[in-house]
Amino acid sequence: MDMKTIYLLIPLAPLFGALVAGLFGWAIGRKAAHTVTIGGVAVSFLLSAYTLKYLLGGGEAFNGTVYTWTVIAGVDFNVGFLVDTLTAMMMCVVTFVSLMVHIYTIGYMSEDPGYQRFFSYISLFTFSMLMLVMSNNFVQLFFGWEAVGLVSYLLIGFWFKRPTATFANMKAFLINRVGDFGFLLGIGLVLYHFGSLDYATVFQQVAADPAGWQAKTITLFAGHEWNLLAVTCILLFIGAMGKSAQFPLHVWLPDSMEGPTPISALIHAATMVTAGIFMVSRMSPLFELSDTALSFIMVIGAITALFMGFLGIIQNDIKRVVAYSTLSQLGYMTVALGASAYSVAVFHLMTHAFFKALLFLAAGSVIIGMHHDQDIRNMGGLKKYMPITWITSLIGSLALIGTPFFAGFYSKDSIILAVEHSNLAGSGFATFAVLAGVFVTAFYSFRMYFLVFHGKERWMSAGHSHHHGDHDDEEESHDHHHGLGPNDKPHESPWVVTLPLVLLAIPSVVIGFLAIGPMIAGDFFNNVIYTNLEAHPALEQVKHHAHDALAMGLHAFMTLPFWLAVAGVAAAYLFYMVKPDLATMCDRFFTSIGIKKLMEEKYYMDHLYINGFAAAGRAVGTVLWKVGDTLLIDGLVVNGAARVVGFISGMVRKLQTGYIYHYAFAMILGAILMLSFWLYVWGVSGVFSN
Amino acid sequence: MIPTSLNAWVATPEIFLLCSACIVLLFDLFVSDARKQVTYLLTLLVLALTAVLTIQSLQQGLALSASGVSAARFAFNHMYVADPVADFAKLGMLLGVALVLIYGRSYAIDRGIFKGELFTLTLFSLLGMMVMASATNFLTLYVGLELLSLAIYALVALPRGNVRASEAAMKYFVLGALASGMLLYGLSMLYGATGSLDVYEVSARIAQAQFNPMLLTFGMVFVVTGIGFKLGAVPFHMWVPDVYEGSPTLLAQLIGSAPKLAAFVFVLRLLGEAMGQFGPLWGEMLKYIAILSLVIGNLAAIAQTNIKRMLAYSTISHMGFLLLGVMTHSEIGYAAAFFYAMTYVITAAASFGLIMLLSRNGFECENIADFKGLNKRSPWFAGMMLMVMFSMAGIPAFVGFFAKLSVLRALVDSGLTWLAVVAIVFSLIGAFYYLRVVKVMYFDEPEGELLAPAGELDAKLLLSLNCLLLLVLGVFPNQLLTSLSHAVNLTMAGSAGMMLQ
Amino acid sequence: MLESYFPVLLFLVVGLLVGVAPLVLGWGVGKVLGTVRPDPEKLSPYECGFEPSADARIQFDVRYYLVAILFILFDLEVAFLVPWAVVLKEIGLFGFISMMIFLAILVVGFIYEWMKGALEWE
Repeated sequence: MDMKTIYLLIPLAPLFGALVAGLFGWAIGRKAAHTVTIGGVAVSFLLSAYTLKYLLGGGEAFNGTVYTWTVIAGVDFNVGFLVDTLTAMMMCVVTFVSLMVHIYTIGYMSEDPGYQRFFSYISLFTFSMLMLVMSNNFVQLFFGWEAVGLVSYLLIGFWFKRPTATFANMKAFLINRVGDFGFLLGIGLVLYHFGSLDYATVFQQVAADPAGWQAKTITLFAGHEWNLLAVTCILLFIGAMGKSAQFPLHVWLPDSMEGPTPISALIHAATMVTAGIFMVSRMSPLFELSDTALSFIMVIGAITALFMGFLGIIQNDIKRVVAYSTLSQLGYMTVALGASAYSVAVFHLMTHAFFKALLFLAAGSVIIGMHHDQDIRNMGGLKKYMPITWITSLIGSLALIGTPFFAGFYSKDSIILAVEHSNLAGSGFATFAVLAGVFVTAFYSFRMYFLVFHGKERWMSAGHSHHHGDHDDEEESHDHHHGLGPNDKPHESPWVVTLPLVLLAIPSVVIGFLAIGPMIAGDFFNNVIYTNLEAHPALEQVKHHAHDALAMGLHAFMTLPFWLAVAGVAAAYLFYMVKPDLATMCDRFFTSIGIKKLMEEKYYMDHLYINGFAAAGRAVGTVLWKVGDTLLIDGLVVNGAARVVGFISGMVRKLQTGYIYHYAFAMILGAILMLSFWLYVWGVSGVFSN
Repeated sequence: MIPTSLNAWVATPEIFLLCSACIVLLFDLFVSDARKQVTYLLTLLVLALTAVLTIQSLQQGLALSASGVSAARFAFNHMYVADPVADFAKLGMLLGVALVLIYGRSYAIDRGIFKGELFTLTLFSLLGMMVMASATNFLTLYVGLELLSLAIYALVALPRGNVRASEAAMKYFVLGALASGMLLYGLSMLYGATGSLDVYEVSARIAQAQFNPMLLTFGMVFVVTGIGFKLGAVPFHMWVPDVYEGSPTLLAQLIGSAPKLAAFVFVLRLLGEAMGQFGPLWGEMLKYIAILSLVIGNLAAIAQTNIKRMLAYSTISHMGFLLLGVMTHSEIGYAAAFFYAMTYVITAAASFGLIMLLSRNGFECENIADFKGLNKRSPWFAGMMLMVMFSMAGIPAFVGFFAKLSVLRALVDSGLTWLAVVAIVFSLIGAFYYLRVVKVMYFDEPEGELLAPAGELDAKLLLSLNCLLLLVLGVFPNQLLTSLSHAVNLTMAGSAGMMLQ
Repeated sequence: MLESYFPVLLFLVVGLLVGVAPLVLGWGVGKVLGTVRPDPEKLSPYECGFEPSADARIQFDVRYYLVAILFILFDLEVAFLVPWAVVLKEIGLFGFISMMIFLAILVVGFIYEWMKGALEWE
């Protein structure tokens, strides 16, 4: 098999699975549906791993067109693949996590009537995500971008009979529209100024004359010149802000937890939300030329990293804690992008994918064990009942807070290093934010960990609060009792659930140690990600440290981030294990000064959007509807036109008399008219005179 | 004088078809009425084998052109040519005719027209179309046209007891004879004006200014009249609704699909090749015919309650679109029109196929009201019909969209943006009646008995594929589009080369 | 120029003679030898078939059409065969084969109409 076939097979295998499970799921049954989809993703994963190995072994990167969809005005719209190390790494991460989630789903969704539909969706998602990362042009990138958005929409609203779920998926969709609008404008600018939508062509043009492109300006409003690359990059990044849930377009991500947990792990933690990070890294030759855009990115990332972390502290829904932690970690990646340390961002993307998927799946396992009660206040002491879930969760949490030698440590510390050494405007604030974020992360992670796995077994006494997430859907025919009954005990989940946990726990521990050398210090991303080390020297520092993973780990014990993390864990231990009263006191204090309220309302962002933008939009819409649509368009244009059309068509109909001689007459009349017309025209023009 | 360039092998597909048609004719005499399925299968086999031969011819032509030789191979003293345009068109016709027979099988059995004549006449009409596609001489063109027309007149009258069918056949025959006469008259004038019947010879004479302009104009008007009739363009369209409505649906499908391709190639040879020099002249004529067809076709379709009549008017408007592509007298325009005709064959086949499967013995599904609540009775049928209607309306992601788009692009490229705007406006008006069918299927309550449509498995399967093809071609139109425009380019380059000699 | 039309004139004259002579002869001989006893059947031009001049809109058996059409078909065949036979030597094998193909097609038609029973009057 040549490589092109392999590259074709990688996205098409999950697509095939999705089509079979989606179109014929009703006929082939549950077992066949999950077999075919898992088979597709497994094939895809194995081939991705092979691709990575091939590239690491010195194989040629591939950049070529597979199919020309159409050519409009000289611009080719191609389906093409660009497979280099960055792509191969993303492919492996996506397919591996997807495979784990597929297996996990067998257990998690076993009682759901939409079983086949679910498998079809997640395989379709895998296909879309692969198309996104493997693209070699902006059109296909946009296709993948929209396709993953669509699947995300479908999956958030998977239990479409629940109003909260449909609200959440609508919200995700609308917020992403805002981002996509910017993204599309960015692509438009690229097309307009570079005349091509092919990555390689665009990058070559930039590389040929960086100073020239940097100096280019465009006029958006009369009299104001804007730097072309800055505008383009910021517009593209707005797309990334939507998809990767950066402040202020982050509001959809916590709500997306309405979807089934496997989805939260796959789409809303490990893969889709990292599409923005991936895209910016892919476009590094463009972003590298605009300090303005980079500063913008860094500040946005820093805000997201810190302030979303705060919100994680006050959440009581187990999935929402992890969701806010995802937001915060995405902020970290974005900060790294802003510091020009694209490879570091991608590195964190990879480690994060493993441990965050692990944490989500573990949370799902807890939810199964608790019979679909998601409130961490009702848990406690689960360590004894769910040993595998417990140990894997612990590993995930340790990786998340950056414990030395765990995967998260290497990537997160690299980010902090990069930001500290960044020379761009805003790096001071960003440094503060990421350092403070370390403490916050450690605190909320271990708050959750302690509340869930240690301490009193509160589910014994917990009254049955009706705050449960997953399963009040009416479509369930069988009787789910939500939360544990008085005599129930939590139980460990079946092997299909725990196996992915274990398989994900392994990379969560070792991947950072193994990969930091080649990915950050080595030449893994040479010729793939472009960093102008002279203008942005931050990465140099990181590279310096990243040489020796062991030394980096040992050195960490003497650095600030490590002790901040320790302080966070200790604080969580103190507040939630030793002296719960302290937590209550703090709670009361923050409530009294209003901060609690601010955080509970998520900084009033939702209010702003719903009562501000959405309400204003609706008001304008109402006016336009009443006056413009109903009165002018409907009344005058549409109905008027329809009436005219109807009148004429009635007339035309009468022409059709059914008499054969009328028909013949029409034909002859037509011929005569044509004849007279041409004789007249030719006579006037004098053709016959000579 | 013994012909020196017989080259009969060039016409292998047609010769094979002729012999097979005769064999089917004789064979059927010895098959009892109850076992006509055998004839049916034999006919399909003939179609398949002819398709194989045509594909071989096509491959040969493409190989020739790839090696730098002209892809056109002439036969019968330059009266007959096999080139990629002809071969592609023939493949389209073969597909169209095969679909007619497959979709219409149970319909024909129910109505007692599942007879040997159905198959032999269909084969002969196909032979006529194929001859038309390959003709490079006015006489061959005319013979092909008459073979096609006469076979179809007889086919329409096949249900002898049916008054409506007889009336349709009568109208079709009389008007067809009139048009045919006009065409012949026009051809004879062209002969008089240029002194030749050969397409390339005529083209060369015109280029050398050896012609009588007045006679040529007269001839051209009559030729356009004849073409207009075949395509069913306004004002030569009057027969279309009556014949569609009156004839058995399976024959409406036959009339409405494959012959359009033959007519397109006919136009290409006669106007594009023979009178290419006069492009602006006949382009102007076709322009008004095309606009009128768009206007009348779309407006009249809105007022229809009978779906076959509606489809008839829709055909008229589609032919208007096709003529818009032709009237640009540019290669891109011809290619667009070719693509339009090709995809229209598939779309029309699917629409009539669905109507036939919905009709049961004693129940003719032909009023739009019969589709009410179809989604509740059979989501499959409703879904398929939805795809067909969307494709006809030109909604993106369906092939109809790309067909329209390529025509519009040709118009804009020729600097006729205003015409493109007119075309868009009328296809928007046209979208109304297609979407009305969709609305009726999905949002109206079913009336009367809730008969779930059955349909045979083979027809259903093929229809699903057919409708899926509309979607697949809409998403991946490029392969077909480039192949067809390559074929058109070869033909036009060949005819330019012929003139230089 | 005009003399080339002389054969045509000759043809006309001979044709006229051939047409008129039997009439004149028949009329004269009949006058001399025959007896005249008219009745309606005898006075009609044909014993079967149609009046030569009458209203066009009459009903008659469709089988007449069938026979007439078949007759024309095979009549034309002869019209082709005669000139073909005259020049057969010059057109050679090619001409022979061409005509055989033509005849074969006609034979197919003939078999068809025969088997369909178009040749049976009842």
